[in-house]
Amino acid sequence: MPTIVVDVMPKAELLDPQGKAVAGALARLGVETFSGVRIGKRFELSVDGPVDDAVLAQVRDIAADVLSNSVIEDVVGVEVVE
Amino acid sequence: MTVRIGVITFPGSLDDRDAQRAIRVAGAEPVALWHGSHDLEGVDALVLPGGFSYGDYLRAGAIAALSPIMTEVSQAASAGMPVLGICNGFQMLVEAHLLPGGLIRNAHQQFIRRDQRLRVENADTAWTSAFEQGQEIVTPLKNGDGGYIADAETLSRIEGEGLVAFRYVGVNPNGSLDDIAGLTNERGNVVGLMPHPEHAVEPGFGPDTPSAMRSGVDGLGFFTSAIDAVVSAAA
Repeated sequence: MPTIVVDVMPKAELLDPQGKAVAGALARLGVETFSGVRIGKRFELSVDGPVDDAVLAQVRDIAADVLSNSVIEDVVGVEVVE
Repeated sequence: MTVRIGVITFPGSLDDRDAQRAIRVAGAEPVALWHGSHDLEGVDALVLPGGFSYGDYLRAGAIAALSPIMTEVSQAASAGMPVLGICNGFQMLVEAHLLPGGLIRNAHQQFIRRDQRLRVENADTAWTSAFEQGQEIVTPLKNGDGGYIADAETLSRIEGEGLVAFRYVGVNPNGSLDDIAGLTNERGNVVGLMPHPEHAVEPGFGPDTPSAMRSGVDGLGFFTSAIDAVVSAAA
């Protein structure tokens, strides 16, 4: 059954309080390798039939209108996986 | 005339009854409305109450903003009906694009509850006409996702057009840009804010004031403003 993965990230220029909190925790653990952490969302949409252009177009619409809020987030990936 | 103000209950609303009570205390008739309906039951104004609709899943207010009744809310807002979004209701209004910008997790990552001082920045809306321009009021604030953000262009438009309805005074409790606590639309009928005016309408149950504990009733002006707006529109 095909699965379509949609990745959504907070806009790069906006504060990501969750990522900042995790970055703070890493710093407290003494991990100094990473200069930043950002947290986004991954959606997995299951499709019963084949994934054609119409389905992909629909996913892109839903990703833009429902799964993300363009004021605060960007859709950074729409990918079909098996 | 008896002004009828609808309060929409969504799955996870928790201040709907308080909003109904505030409306009654202010002198109007509260009408309980349901998210799954397409019927506004002929109300004169609307309140989208606070709470945690759908557990804040997806984004705060996002799923509620897709509710059946929101079609009618958007139409009514476009037609000029006074609409107030409180806390989760404010989040719904931005998700429904009835107000600009967005709300994200508090900058300090923690839920906050405090009696919050606000400045009325726009006293020329359906929900703020009872206040003086620049008046300072105190209402309870309680949220986890109250950080107001917008891109630079939107922010400068909001500020330039006087769409900031309320600003935090003294403390910015959640990292909101420009200390923005609440907004109005251009027409002034749609107002949203994170603080809770419905919890400051009745002596004994409001914020503390210098004169007595829990005596603050600054929130009452929101509801009397809406009543005035409806009555003067009908006159």
